[in-house]
Amino acid sequence: MKITKEEVGYVAHLARLEFSDEEKEKFTSQLNDILIYMEKLNRADTTGVEPLTHATYLSNAFREDDVKPSLPHDLSMANAPEERGGSFRVPKVIE
Amino acid sequence: MEYEAVIGLEVHAQLLTDSKIFCGCSTKFGAAPNANACPICLGMPGVLPVLNRKVVEYMMKMALATNCRINGRNVFARKNYFYPDLPKGYQISQYAKPPAEHGLVDVELEGGKKRIGIPRIHMEEDAGKLVHDEVQPSSYVDVNRCGVPLIEIVSEPDIRSAEEAAAYLRRLHEILVYLDICDGNMQEGSFRCDANVSIRPRGADAFGTRTELKNMNSFRNVQRALEYEIKRQQYIVEGGGQVIQETRLWDDSQGVTLPMRGKEEAHDYRYFPDPDLVTVEISDTWIEEVKKTLPELPLEKRERFIRDRGIPSYDAGVLTSSRALADYYEEAVRLCGKPKIVSNWVMGDLLRFLNEEKRDIRDCLIKPSDLAEMVNLIEDGTISGKIAKEVFEDMYRSGKAPRTIIDEKGLVQITDEEALKKTIDDIIGANPAQLEQYRSGKEKVFGYFVGQVMKATKGKANPALVNELLKKMLAP
Amino acid sequence: MKLHQFTIHELQKKLRGDDTTSAEIVESVIERIDAVEDRIHSYITLLKDSAREEARKADGDIRSGKARPLTGIPIAVKDLICTRGVRTTCGSKILHNFIPPYDATVIEKLRDAGAVIIGKTNMDEFAMGSSTETSHFGATRNPWDLDRIPGGSSGGSATAVAADECIASLGSDTGGSIRQPAALCDVVGMKPTYGRVSRYGLVAFASSLDQIGPFTKDVEDCAIMLNVISGYDPRESTSVPIDVPDFTSFLSGDIRGWTVGIPKEYFIEGIDPEVEAAVRKAIAVVEGLGARCVDVSLPHTEYCLAVYYIVAPAEASSNLARYDGVKYGYRSKEGRDLMEMYKKTRSEGFGTEVKRRIMLGTYALSSGYYDAYYKKASQVRALIKRDFDEAFRSCDAVLTPTSPTPAFRLGEKMDDPLQMYLSDIFTISTNLAGIPGVSVPCGYTAAGLPIGVQFLAAPFEEGKLIRIASAYEKHSGIEKRRPNL
Repeated sequence: MKITKEEVGYVAHLARLEFSDEEKEKFTSQLNDILIYMEKLNRADTTGVEPLTHATYLSNAFREDDVKPSLPHDLSMANAPEERGGSFRVPKVIE
Repeated sequence: MEYEAVIGLEVHAQLLTDSKIFCGCSTKFGAAPNANACPICLGMPGVLPVLNRKVVEYMMKMALATNCRINGRNVFARKNYFYPDLPKGYQISQYAKPPAEHGLVDVELEGGKKRIGIPRIHMEEDAGKLVHDEVQPSSYVDVNRCGVPLIEIVSEPDIRSAEEAAAYLRRLHEILVYLDICDGNMQEGSFRCDANVSIRPRGADAFGTRTELKNMNSFRNVQRALEYEIKRQQYIVEGGGQVIQETRLWDDSQGVTLPMRGKEEAHDYRYFPDPDLVTVEISDTWIEEVKKTLPELPLEKRERFIRDRGIPSYDAGVLTSSRALADYYEEAVRLCGKPKIVSNWVMGDLLRFLNEEKRDIRDCLIKPSDLAEMVNLIEDGTISGKIAKEVFEDMYRSGKAPRTIIDEKGLVQITDEEALKKTIDDIIGANPAQLEQYRSGKEKVFGYFVGQVMKATKGKANPALVNELLKKMLAP
Repeated sequence: MKLHQFTIHELQKKLRGDDTTSAEIVESVIERIDAVEDRIHSYITLLKDSAREEARKADGDIRSGKARPLTGIPIAVKDLICTRGVRTTCGSKILHNFIPPYDATVIEKLRDAGAVIIGKTNMDEFAMGSSTETSHFGATRNPWDLDRIPGGSSGGSATAVAADECIASLGSDTGGSIRQPAALCDVVGMKPTYGRVSRYGLVAFASSLDQIGPFTKDVEDCAIMLNVISGYDPRESTSVPIDVPDFTSFLSGDIRGWTVGIPKEYFIEGIDPEVEAAVRKAIAVVEGLGARCVDVSLPHTEYCLAVYYIVAPAEASSNLARYDGVKYGYRSKEGRDLMEMYKKTRSEGFGTEVKRRIMLGTYALSSGYYDAYYKKASQVRALIKRDFDEAFRSCDAVLTPTSPTPAFRLGEKMDDPLQMYLSDIFTISTNLAGIPGVSVPCGYTAAGLPIGVQFLAAPFEEGKLIRIASAYEKHSGIEKRRPNL
């Protein structure tokens, strides 16, 4: 067992997803199959190998500190599911 | 049992760039909600970040000013978590290896200097603002602040008291402002501070359980919050209890720290290198270039003032409270060579006028050369110190040169002995009763005669000469 | 022949020669769409009216001598690429109503080249899939057999070209999402080198793997499209500031003296025998053209799938965190507090495959597992790239099958994610190494299903790909067919 149903629940919470019990079962078994397949990676010898996170070897991609026009407010809000007073409205956040 | 506090501070300073860290939106404070937004800082699908070079430079300045070592190869990482003020669902920050490490600042305390370590400084983007509705179960998201560049400055837990903490913060603050990379405005949120606090028996090595303090929006509040929290923890431990590891918010109105109301979770941020950004390579050449642009820093300047200008440390502190003021002072001294006298004028009348009007030295109408000229005019006897006060105020309000004012108002000091003798003669002649009183031993009447001479000469008589002549001429 | 059946270069000639107008071409394409779209479902959004308007403008430009390479030519765009003012859904419910306020860089380039944008094509949700079955808007069918899938994730872009519902199209490729559907639909599909074509405006799936590329009816059109969309973009930090050659100059297709590597690890059990036979015939053609085909080894091939299915979902889990119902897109009606709003929005808004990959990616990055999964995969990825660097030291190009099987039936692999993932086994390595690859039609199965052969080259050597692909295309000896619709 590479991943338990409890872990699946925890990961779902991290990702802000929720599943029915049935879905959780199915996911657990599918994820297990996938993770077991991943085990073959352990056979690869990676001693001293730098992780490759980019296919290119670029560095220092900068822009200058110039102000560019922002989006007109109505365009910024055009896709908002809920707007109020020019802001995006969400259910109240408790701190 | 004696306890000592162990405090580490985390400062977030907003950098004074014109545009945001990863997009061209303006960083100006105070715009209408969501006015400074673009697809990039809104976290829209398909957009990509491009790093503002100036952010790197400003970070380098702070790193150099705090004696950090700057790393050659730097990477940005994604800090993943969900919050409405975080449009992308991750913050672009730096994790594994910060660009600046192993730094320090020396903090001036009552008993001398203390060195506080700065293990890391890194760059990241700010999040937006969340405003809570008082009545309805709603919160409102404003993304203007999303993407404003920040540097995070972390201190070693070397701080041992609330005063030390406030002194350390003031130190960081003045360096940031001197470098012109942050405006240090705590009320507007451009300089923010969180604290990690724990206590332990004095002399112990192990750390106690620490709490994280947030929501302290002024130096005074940081000090008060820390004082409270240290006492609170001490009270718990002395009572046999255990301090709970938690985040607490400073409540200014009640003067206490309170645990957060929401459920607190241990965050799994799943840091990984941001695949949309490439490495930032900082060469030695670039470091040298930036080093050249550093101004003299406040501590060094203060020490130089004390050492070379011979002024006391309190004065040095006031005069270096801003770079502009220090430069003003130095220019005036350069032109007249009188550091203590200039210091008195600046710290006295000048700052008083400026503070009354809440003005900045940069808006002051008196040029340093004018101040220097006035000092010279006092020194060479052209005007008396008393007259100078009048001249000075006029200079402040009108911006005119001292010479101009003196000529216009005819304020040149009278030092002509003959003329004065004549004036004194006239006054003595006109006041026989007072003369009698003085000669019969009433010393106080001397002041009356001084006053009369000053009145007759409209205050322009050289006081020392007046005193000398009066003494001679009033004597029996 | 009907206008919609021609290629870009053929239509360019007709337009310049006053043989036809853009309006006529667009009308012909719309007619074709009306005739077959019901059965294929290539499109999510059709832009008939604006296309007609753009055609009118294009004809004006042509008449006044201001024609540019794509003036008047109807092009379709994968719905993963942002188009200003036009709904961009990424095949997902969570963006079903999202209207971008900006154009992707490639869209700006298409427009600058005079293209007419005819519609946004169907795709696997957020580009996660190999069959275009996970689209919230329904599956796309393979024009060669309507009971079969067209491949994915850029299924609609492939079928639109294959069925003449557009003249050419743009797709995206993260693990084979252009090349695999190209092979399954009998069209040419290229994934350029990572950094060659701007990603600005391409909704991110796996940022270090994604690339935009063209689907075309032949290799010449591929070169034309590549000329238009390539180029350094300062809006993308990972865009490479390298010159863009005129890719059409490589169409001479002379590969005499070339060394072409045949990786032995790609000819394994599990390849459909008809696919293998067709690809071996292609090898013979290439040899007949004067190239030397040699065995090469890409020893870390067996790890490609595992590396990909850690790295891509990890990056995706982060890239898709922005879909939270706050600023745009779908928001659940339920959700009494913020946590519920997040969870219900994302659980209702995302499909199963997307959720599965988000879960996989989140797990791979989570505390305690980062080193074992993400870091390890990134290290093996370096070794995979090294394999190719080594191969290209001695080879001008590498030749492989594009897909291990021809198009499979709808629903056949939906319940077995691992099986589905194996469809990408020959294309994934290309994205991991960042090198360019192109799939070119190389025959049909006995049942009439298309087969593709894939050519790979070193970074920024798309010119070499055009050269060998055009040479092969000219001499393949394959009689081009049309789907029976």
